[in-house]
Amino acid sequence: MQPFSSHTGIAVPLIKDDINTDQIAPVQAMRALKPDYKALLFMRARKRDDGSEDPDFVLNQPQFRNPGILVTGNNFGAGSSREAAVWGMLANNIRVIVAKSFADIYRENCLQNGLLPIVLAPPAADAFEQRVIAANGSAPFTVDLPAQRISGPGGPDITFELPPADRMRLLEGLDDIGLTLKHRDEIVSWEKRMAGDQPWLQAATDGRS
Amino acid sequence: MPKTLFDKIWDAHRVARRADGRELIYIDRHVLHELHAPHAFEQLEKQQRPVRRPDLTFSMQDHTVATRPGRNDETNPSGAAFLKAMREGSRKNGIKLYDIDDPEQGISHVVAPELGMVLPGATHAVPDSHASTVGGLGAMAFGCGTTELAHILATQVMALKRPKRMLIRLEGTLAPHVTAKDVALRIIAELGVAGGRGHVVEYAGAAVRAMAIEGRMTLCNLNIEMGGRSGFVAPDDKTFGWIAGRPYAPKGAMWDRALAHWKTLSSDDGATFDREHVLDCSALEPQITWGTDPSQVLGISGRVPDPAAVDPSRRAAVESALAYMGLTPGTALAGLPVNRVFIGSCTNSRVPDLVAAADVVRGRRVAEGVVAMVVPGSTTVKREAEALGLDRVFRDAGFFWGESGCSMCAGGNGDRGEPGERCVSTTNRNFEHRQGPKVRTHLVSPATAAATALAGCIADVRQMAGQA
Repeated sequence: MQPFSSHTGIAVPLIKDDINTDQIAPVQAMRALKPDYKALLFMRARKRDDGSEDPDFVLNQPQFRNPGILVTGNNFGAGSSREAAVWGMLANNIRVIVAKSFADIYRENCLQNGLLPIVLAPPAADAFEQRVIAANGSAPFTVDLPAQRISGPGGPDITFELPPADRMRLLEGLDDIGLTLKHRDEIVSWEKRMAGDQPWLQAATDGRS
Repeated sequence: MPKTLFDKIWDAHRVARRADGRELIYIDRHVLHELHAPHAFEQLEKQQRPVRRPDLTFSMQDHTVATRPGRNDETNPSGAAFLKAMREGSRKNGIKLYDIDDPEQGISHVVAPELGMVLPGATHAVPDSHASTVGGLGAMAFGCGTTELAHILATQVMALKRPKRMLIRLEGTLAPHVTAKDVALRIIAELGVAGGRGHVVEYAGAAVRAMAIEGRMTLCNLNIEMGGRSGFVAPDDKTFGWIAGRPYAPKGAMWDRALAHWKTLSSDDGATFDREHVLDCSALEPQITWGTDPSQVLGISGRVPDPAAVDPSRRAAVESALAYMGLTPGTALAGLPVNRVFIGSCTNSRVPDLVAAADVVRGRRVAEGVVAMVVPGSTTVKREAEALGLDRVFRDAGFFWGESGCSMCAGGNGDRGEPGERCVSTTNRNFEHRQGPKVRTHLVSPATAAATALAGCIADVRQMAGQA
């Protein structure tokens, strides 16, 4: 995983609650094993009924064509567990999402891919939204993870919280499997113990064969 | 100190605490499907990492399979690459695959329980948000993404933060034609689409005890629609009876030992939860979604809301949902003409679901102009339903009777509606464009779906079931 230290980019306001993964990465866009992740992001919202680009959709507006940070509402990423909804962000160079809250699985998928999910408390979130709307893509914001700080046009720096474990993982770009495999011996001894205590859990066999 | 069932299962599966503070939770059964597993196989191959416990892992072909009789890999052309990659990845890694032509193929959340892979007190993972369906048997399941899937394949554990505990007590007795689906939709309406976020939910109370195992699975299936991390029902004699004799269930002396343990699987008296919610189900009528998220729910006799009358913070969402759904404030849902009816998906595709629908349909006809489909949740369900003659009931009435798979739930196999169609569906998500571009989805129980197909408009099954 690519380590995350800081990221500078245009902040895009998509101020809505409950944006789900069917909106972020429609299943119809995943017809190939390797779809165009850049194009699938918000594919439906980007287009009008006749297939032409919808100039009203925020990511189609000239000042937001090279996004870096997405700013949104509550419960972002609800719905399906599809990781394409994160890969689509990265393919568009969106490496930070600032939301009022995230759906659990989506947030996990962000952490697995070096995408920084920032939650701001409502007053700070509302104030930040206003700054992003006012900036209107004219100047970038910078998210500094070591300092846990967002800086940019329209006001003073904003600090944000992130659980230390998640912070460390993003900063170091840790190989998650490698981190777990340091506990290989404990996994082995758990399996041995369980094979004695609850043997039906350690064996899955079709009794007919 | 009294413990909740969540704590008992979690603590029994806790292998270690990782350097970053996450707890490693052992996964007893890992069930994969072809939409996401091929990408995880590829990740592992690149990292040259083996699958740690292929013997505890099972592969299913469900999301992209066609439902047309006589299907093969190519019937849904865009599915062929997924099916092939799943086949190759499973073979290379020594994982048992239930392929498209297997007599036990089906939706992962339906097949794993019916083959006895799901046991009370066990942990499960599936790269799918509806993983917790199997909570109906007292198992604790987590949905995950693709990278987490690769992690489980390589390690057999998930690195998790300990979730909070929620208790939802369902009291009272369900009225005739009111089902687990209606209860689940009402819960989501009350708690909201993020109401369960960060929590593992235990469903308890008299109404849950009275539910058949399949109903409990429907209830737990919809747990994710309020954002819940996992959800389950503590096992009881009904659970044990349901599991006994299934292919992967323990046998003989091992069964006796397992059973003795399973009987200890309940929350202790006095155990505390971070959150509790009580719903009296006695007065509940059949429920239906009117909007574009699963919390936008009404009783079947209800009228769609007026944005002017809702909380200002929700006004824009209500307006946008009404516009997408082609509804005006105050409209009664019952009586709205429909174009399409779908009965199936991991939510409502088991034998009792099909029996409930067939009981409404028997001897009647699907209304002119309505496309009505039944897609059994597994090939086993299909066979059992056919043995009961249900396929004849549906086909004689004008329903399509398909081969098993996820079908119109997410439309990953090409089954979907036409733009602007109103579709009444037993699935789990009424999100915009999910069942096809501009398709307007209303979520209901199988009985309500069946009644609607016959009436040609949204119908109250309680009125129709009485007529002959």
